[in-house]
Amino acid sequence: MTLKADDVRSIAHLARLHIDDDSVDRYVDDLSSILTLVDQMNQIDSSGVKPLANPLDASQRLRADEVTEGDQREKFQAIAPDVADGLYRVPRVIE
Amino acid sequence: MPMTVTEIRQGLAAGEFSSSEITRDYLARIAQHNPTLNCFISVTEALALDQARQADARLAQGKAGLLTGVPIAHKDLFCTDGVRTSCGSRILDNFVAPYDATVVERFRQTGAVMLGKTNMDEFAMGSSNENSHYGNVANPWKTTHVPGGSSGGSAAAVAAGLAAAATGTDTGGSIRQPAALCGVTGIKPTYGRVSRYGMIAFGSSLDQGGPFARSAADCALLLQAMAGFDGRDSTSSETDVPDYSASLEQGVEGLRIGLPKEYFAEGLDSRLAGVIDTAIDELRKLGADISEISLPNTGLSIPTYYVIAMAEASSNLSRFDGVRFGHRCANPVDLEDLYKRSRGEGFGEEVKRRILIGTYALSAGYYDAYYLKAQQLRRMIKDDFQKAFDSVDLILGPTTPEVAFAIGAKTDDPVSMYLQDIYTISLNLAGLPGMSLPAGFVDGLPVGIQLIANYFDEARLLQTAHQYQQVSDWHLQTPEAFS
Amino acid sequence: MSTNLMNQWESVIGLEIHAQLATASKIFSGASTAYGAEPNTQACAVDLGMPGVLPVLNREAVRMAIRFGVAIDAVIDHQSIFARKNYFYPDLPKGYQISQFEHPIVGKGHIGISPAEGEHREIGITRAHLEEDAGKSTHDQFPEQSGIDLNRAGTPLLEIVSEPDMRSAKEAVAYARKIHSLVRYLEICDGNMQEGSFRCDANVSIRRKDDDRLGTRAELKNINSFRFLERAINYEIERQIDLVEDGGTVVQETRLYDSERDETRSMRSKEEANDYRYFPDPDLLPVAISDEDIAQIRAALPELPEQKKQRYIDDLGLSDYNAEQLTANRDTAVYFEAAYAEGDSAAAAQLANWILGDLAGALNKAGLDIVDSPISSPMLVQLVARIADNTISGKIAKQVFDAMWQGEGGADEIIETRGLRQITDSGAIETLIDEVIAANPDQVEQFRAGKEKVLGFFVGQVMNQSRGKANPGQVNTILRDKLK
Repeated sequence: MTLKADDVRSIAHLARLHIDDDSVDRYVDDLSSILTLVDQMNQIDSSGVKPLANPLDASQRLRADEVTEGDQREKFQAIAPDVADGLYRVPRVIE
Repeated sequence: MPMTVTEIRQGLAAGEFSSSEITRDYLARIAQHNPTLNCFISVTEALALDQARQADARLAQGKAGLLTGVPIAHKDLFCTDGVRTSCGSRILDNFVAPYDATVVERFRQTGAVMLGKTNMDEFAMGSSNENSHYGNVANPWKTTHVPGGSSGGSAAAVAAGLAAAATGTDTGGSIRQPAALCGVTGIKPTYGRVSRYGMIAFGSSLDQGGPFARSAADCALLLQAMAGFDGRDSTSSETDVPDYSASLEQGVEGLRIGLPKEYFAEGLDSRLAGVIDTAIDELRKLGADISEISLPNTGLSIPTYYVIAMAEASSNLSRFDGVRFGHRCANPVDLEDLYKRSRGEGFGEEVKRRILIGTYALSAGYYDAYYLKAQQLRRMIKDDFQKAFDSVDLILGPTTPEVAFAIGAKTDDPVSMYLQDIYTISLNLAGLPGMSLPAGFVDGLPVGIQLIANYFDEARLLQTAHQYQQVSDWHLQTPEAFS
Repeated sequence: MSTNLMNQWESVIGLEIHAQLATASKIFSGASTAYGAEPNTQACAVDLGMPGVLPVLNREAVRMAIRFGVAIDAVIDHQSIFARKNYFYPDLPKGYQISQFEHPIVGKGHIGISPAEGEHREIGITRAHLEEDAGKSTHDQFPEQSGIDLNRAGTPLLEIVSEPDMRSAKEAVAYARKIHSLVRYLEICDGNMQEGSFRCDANVSIRRKDDDRLGTRAELKNINSFRFLERAINYEIERQIDLVEDGGTVVQETRLYDSERDETRSMRSKEEANDYRYFPDPDLLPVAISDEDIAQIRAALPELPEQKKQRYIDDLGLSDYNAEQLTANRDTAVYFEAAYAEGDSAAAAQLANWILGDLAGALNKAGLDIVDSPISSPMLVQLVARIADNTISGKIAKQVFDAMWQGEGGADEIIETRGLRQITDSGAIETLIDEVIAANPDQVEQFRAGKEKVLGFFVGQVMNQSRGKANPGQVNTILRDKLK
């Protein structure tokens, strides 16, 4: 499997990652070689095998519906890059 | 020579020294050697001294817990309330965690003293600790060489005696591989044994925390403090935690140990194979019943692992977006610019590579070919182990295909770096516990052997390792410059 | 547009309804779900997507979803899986929403609607799945920035997806109202549309009447009332027909309903094709649901609107229409039943008429919900009882009702202070009649000459003299007697 520069750009956009134009080629090479490694999976016929999402064969534990968390806004917002009036701020979102 | 946790506990209990005294010693050693080794990202001196004073008070009152007064270090991926938690990344360089990870809280409660936060590959992505925003870590045995990764800082700190023990995390070998390369003992427990709450996620279905120490007996103490059910982690197991120290003295006579032939095939440095054969002979002499087994899908574990780990990581790392915490780029012109530049500037090369591959593997049209396929192979790999454990109690093999390599030797070739994990990652896919312990040297660099047990059978790993460490002293060796 | 043109087209509508589940805490964290708190004071570390935090599923949210599934007779699998829906948006802290993709908690079901009196349609429900709500953005608080409040992030949502079974805005509204009524009966959602507890998105497409393929659909968002739902769909149907008639094609897109302009417009910011990269959330394990769990939830279901309606018809003798109207809204049924429990079976029809007539009218005029009615159930019971025992006439009762609405007290109090008690004393009525007869000899002559209509004049005069309080029946009888 080999990727093209445009593939890398569109994946990077999906992942909201800025990639410098002059490093695109390197990503193309690196990602292509990783995909070549990954393509080894196709050597094995796994048809009919039930996918395993989690190593433990367990079920989800359910929590009681209780309010256990109080207001920690001050503490949480002390580490935020831009807050005002209790709100996190980002460049204007146009809807 | 640096003390073991067991020795520190004895010394504190007997009043031979105080926690404050040894904490000051460790802090002094860190000040002296960290410039060479770079194994700490943050040293929490004031906090450590304060905790040591509290520990001494607790000891004086006869209320000591399991690790009261023992100076340890946390991998900088465990959130520590009020202390920067960087995960080795620029994107979290300014992140002062607002809460404690469950593991950190448990160590705090048992009275352990935190010396600082250790260096690591960014977001635990790496096998050499060369992917840290804070620079690479040097191997204490040869400072031109890597300590392994991703928990390279923790392994190096314990090997050099800059901490009595340290925590690490293991997604594909990140405890066992650096333990092997630095000549210390490390254990990756069963998935679900140690809470993941507050452990910054890499591959959520693979990640597991565990300790590094100077002996299996020490690891037993540390794991005792870390393990157990946590209601804040849905994948945490409710299986009872046994007393790990209690079973250490049981012998290994009659223990059935399997050697996977795939682990001793092409790719393993023959000099390491020789060291491992000697260790196997020791265990045989102790009465273990050694046989060959097969784990036929071993070769597939690398592609399978990387698809799953990268897919999960690509999603786990989306929360680092410059909005609520962490790095934000200067003067974003719009929302897209804020996201792309904050993330582009904040993440290093390897992290970006993995986010991209993971994003690709999950994207429309490729999900079945990559992610779903990998999950099927994951089951096949797990089934291999289950079949093996029908006939053996433990599996033994090398931890790594070679000893520590020179810094920079593999940085240009991500795939060759990934191949370092060949013996370790299948355990993470299966969720099994594994352990690495020192078994000798090649070229003056440590060699580790890996023990693998069935689910929640950490006691047997520790016991076997401890028995081996009763007849060997590889684990007690310290690099000359740090002894 | 001519009706002819409209008649060549059929509209196809499916709804996606997001109902906030009425749990105390969030779906994956212990933060409160209460509405209206100061921004970000109910967003805990988990809701904020802090590094290292993990979700733990709220049992009540699961039970509520199953309750809904049982009520619509849906398939409920033994295993339900949570998945991550990946996309970047500032109100989505983790960069993914925990939702469900394969194996939703509620599978195929159905519900009956009555778009008009006497009509019945079954609407298919494709699935209903659990997910977490996002936060809220405000765009007018800062000059060049949006503000993000994550209090709502993590509130449990049940997304109820219908089949594209509806053929008009009216049917879509009937379906939405039916779901709204159901979730309130089940006490799994407060249904408050203003606060966003119950939100409707509509998928609208058109096709020629002889075509059975589905047309390209537009998704309408931002609809916060049933009235707007109807208007938005009607606008969109017309827009699509106009577009296609003019040679254009409908594009698949998300459109925002603007209630001020009464139009839908394209949401450019979300135009980009989404690739959500769904995969099972590795932080959450499969939810196991046993047959016993389902049976237990089924056994504990409250009486549902359909059952209630049937009971009103069978046991209380209400008309089909009144029974439907009383049960359409759970609060109305609760009001009615509170009144009925204190009255008797004979009063049921009377109570129904008052509730659906004068009370509904007054509430509507004042813009109030029945739970906020100034006239409580017991107050209405007293009023109806006073009509039944002839203390007041039906006409006077309207006066008493208005006075109760104005807060003048209960029926008895008002009747007493205003002196509205009906005159039933025959002697007193006779005196009044004698006076009227004496004052109108001409009309007496006319009546006696066979002009029956004049009786009405006498009744009116007598009632006037009594200021409406004389018992009209008695007045009639005595008058006829005296005029003979």
